[in-house]
Amino acid sequence: MTEQTVAEKEEKKGRLEEPTPKLILTSSPHVLGEYSIERIMWSVVLALMPGALAGLYFFGWSALQVIVVCIASALGAEALFQKISGQRMTIRDGSAAVTGLLLALTLPPGSPWWLSVIGGFFAIMICKQLYGGLGYNPFNPAIMARVFLLIAFPLQMTRWPVPHPIFSGIDAKTGATPLGDLQVARLTGKGIGKAVELNLWDAFIGNIGGSIGEVSALALLIGAAYLIYKQYITWHIPLSMIGTVMVFSGIFWMMNPDKYANPLFHLLTGGLIIGAFFMATDMVTCPVTLKGQLIFGFGCGLITVIIRMWGGYPEGVSFAIVLMNIATPLIDMYTRPVRYGAKRVEGAS
Amino acid sequence: MWTIAGEGIHPIHEKRLTSSVTVGDLRLPGKVVIPLSQHIGAPSEPLVRIGDSVRKYQKIGEAKGFISASVHASISGKVIAIGKFPHPSGNQSHSIVIESDGKDEPMEGLTEHPDYLSLDPKELKDIIVNAGIVGMGGATFPTHVKLNPPKEKKIDTVLLNGAECEPYLTADDRLMVEMPREVVEGMKILMHIMGVKEGHIGIEDDKPGAIEAMRKAASGTGIHISVLEKKYPQGAEKQLIKSILGREVPSGGLPMDIGVVAQNVGTAAAVYNAVRYGIPLIERIVTVTGQGIQRPGNFRVRIGTLLEHVITECGGLVGEPGKILFGGPMMGIAQYTLYVPVLKGTSGILVIPKEDVLLEDFTACIRCGRCVQACPIRLLPNMYSVLAEAGKPKDAEKYYVLDCIECGCCTYVCPSRRPIVHQIRYIKAEMRKAKNKVA
Repeated sequence: MTEQTVAEKEEKKGRLEEPTPKLILTSSPHVLGEYSIERIMWSVVLALMPGALAGLYFFGWSALQVIVVCIASALGAEALFQKISGQRMTIRDGSAAVTGLLLALTLPPGSPWWLSVIGGFFAIMICKQLYGGLGYNPFNPAIMARVFLLIAFPLQMTRWPVPHPIFSGIDAKTGATPLGDLQVARLTGKGIGKAVELNLWDAFIGNIGGSIGEVSALALLIGAAYLIYKQYITWHIPLSMIGTVMVFSGIFWMMNPDKYANPLFHLLTGGLIIGAFFMATDMVTCPVTLKGQLIFGFGCGLITVIIRMWGGYPEGVSFAIVLMNIATPLIDMYTRPVRYGAKRVEGAS
Repeated sequence: MWTIAGEGIHPIHEKRLTSSVTVGDLRLPGKVVIPLSQHIGAPSEPLVRIGDSVRKYQKIGEAKGFISASVHASISGKVIAIGKFPHPSGNQSHSIVIESDGKDEPMEGLTEHPDYLSLDPKELKDIIVNAGIVGMGGATFPTHVKLNPPKEKKIDTVLLNGAECEPYLTADDRLMVEMPREVVEGMKILMHIMGVKEGHIGIEDDKPGAIEAMRKAASGTGIHISVLEKKYPQGAEKQLIKSILGREVPSGGLPMDIGVVAQNVGTAAAVYNAVRYGIPLIERIVTVTGQGIQRPGNFRVRIGTLLEHVITECGGLVGEPGKILFGGPMMGIAQYTLYVPVLKGTSGILVIPKEDVLLEDFTACIRCGRCVQACPIRLLPNMYSVLAEAGKPKDAEKYYVLDCIECGCCTYVCPSRRPIVHQIRYIKAEMRKAKNKVA
C-alpha cells in the first residue's frame, strides 16, 4: 500500500466517524456574566420605587395618575413604533418603563393626563426610536421630553400643588417650589432671606413642593444606594455633579449670603439628587470611561448652578444634563484610557 | 499581595470539581495523532516514514528553522499514516499517526545529567531544543526562543506563571502541589541559563496548597513565591509581569524588551525532566472537567491522545454535550469532532452540557462602559464591536486593536451579549487580509 492511500484511508475514517455527537461551535469566551439589559433596567425601576412611593404619599392620586399614564404612554409608544416599523419588540427589556417612570417623576403632580401622553410619546418616538432605539439615542429620552414639555407647555409644567399627604385630609392647593421662590426673589432684586428659609427635615423627607419624584431626598438616596451597591451605576457622576453644585454654591453663599442660597438648599430642593443619580448616570448618554464620567458630572453640576443662580429658569438640572449629553462624544474622545504598554520604557530598545 | 489594579473581572470559578483530585494516568491509547505543528512558528518536518517502528521518546519530527519545535513519539508502535488530520485549532494539520504496540517501550540511551546546574547554558539550551519544549500555558511559543534573546536585550528576571486564572482548570495547581521540586529545579535551570539572580513564581491566592508546597520547595533558593489576587486574567503574561514587577511590556513588544523571561510552571517542570533525565516533552497534565463529563479529574496524558479516548477513560459524557473545549471557558477553543489530539499546550478539556450553553441574539451596544473598565489592556472594546458590526474593520486600527489579547473580559461583562472577542478576531483577520493584499 502506498503512503497516500493509507493516509487517505485514515483521514476518511476520521471524517466518517464525525460528527458524533453534534457539538456547538462559537468563539470564546464560553461563559458569560450575569448582567443583562433587562436586569439593569428593571433594577433601575426598582431603585426608583422609594422615590415614586414618596411622591404618592405626599401627592396621592394626583401623582398616581401621572405615573401610570407616563409609563403606559412610553410602553405604548415603543410597542407602536416597533409594530409599525416591523422591528423586534423590546418593551420587555425595561428601558421604556424606565423612561416613562423617570419622566413621570419629573412632572408636577396633578399635571393634565395629555401632558403625560405627549411626554411619553415624545420621549420614545422622537428621542429614542427615531435615533435607532436603545443605545443609539444621544440624549436621555426622559429628560429631553421634560425639557420639551417645559418649553412647550410652561403653564402646565409650573403649577405645583402643596404636599398633602394622603392621610392628612387636606385638599390640594397650589403653591411654589423653593427654587421658584428663590428665582422670584432673585429676579425682583429683593434679598433672598425669606425664600431660602427651608425646613431641612421637610426637604429631606420630601414634604416640599416640586416634581413627583424629586421631593424626597431620603427616598431617592435609598434607591441610589441600591444601584451603587449592585454596581449598576458608579459613584463618579453623582459625586462630581453634586460636589460641583455644593462647592460652587458654597463659594458664592460665603461671599454673599443675602444674594445666594446655601449649598444645602441647593442639594435638597429641585431635581439635583434624582438628576445626579438616575438621569446623568444613564449609561447610553454619558461617557464610558470613569475619568470621562467625572468630567461629565462636573459639567452637569456647573451648568445646574449657573442656571439656578443667574438663569431665566428656576431649575437647571435637566438643561445641564442635556447639554452635557451633547459633550459626551467629545469627552469620550479626550479621555481614552492609556493602553497597557503605550508608554515607552526607559532602556527599552 | 500583587494584583492588576482596577482592570479584569471575577468570573465563575468552578475549580472545585478537580482541584483536590490527584493527577492520575489514563490507559495507554490504541493510537496517537501527533501534529507536526503544536507551537507558534514553522511546523516540524517528519523524520519517519509510514511503516516505521518507533519507540517512546523517539524524535519523529525535526524543528524547521529557529522558531519551531521538534515532536516526539509518545508511545511505541508503528507509523500507520502521515497526513492531514483534525487539529484542535479548528483546521487540519499535518500529523503523524502511531498505532500502539501495547508495549510502551522507551528509547534507549537517554542522556541523564545528575549535576545539571554545572552544565553550560549553551548545552542546556540544546537539550531544551531537542526535547521539543514549548510554552505549556497555552500560547505554545517555543521555549528556546524565549531563552535566546538578542544580545542587546538585558534579561534580569525570570518569572514562572502559576496563576492559572482560567476558571475550571487545575492542572498547574496540581502540578505545583504534587511536583513542586520539579518546578523549582526547572526554574533554577532557567535562571542559570539566563544568568539572572531574580526569580518569581506567581500563584493566585485561591491555591493555598500550591503556595505552601512551592514555598517549601523554594525555601533557601532565593526564588520568590508571589501570591496574586484571584482575578482574571491575572495569568496573562503581560498582566503577570505588571502585577509582580510593575513593568509594562511595550505595545507590540515582548517581555524580553523589559528584561523579563516568563514561562509557565508546566514548562519549567518539562525543562527539568528534559535536562535531568533526557526525557522529551511527550506528555502533560490535563484537567478534564465540566458538568458534562462523568469523572472529572487531572490526568497525565500522552501528546497525541485523541479526545475521544480521554472522554471514554473519564467515564464518558453526562447527557448530551453542548460544547467541548480545549482550554478553559474564557479562552478555550470549541471542538467540532472528538478525533482531535491533545497537544503540548492543552491544559484542559472542558465539557459543557447542552442545557448550559446559552445561544442568545445580541442587542445594540448601550455604551455602559463595562468592557472599557474590564479591559486589562485598557482598550475600547465597545468601539471594536460597533465598528465590526458596521462593517468598518479598518477604522479599528486607530484604536490599537492589535494590542488586544482576546482574554474575553469584555464579552463576559457585556449586558447586550455582544460577541466582542469574535468581532475583534474578525477585525484582525480583515486587517491581515488587507496587509497580505498590499504585500
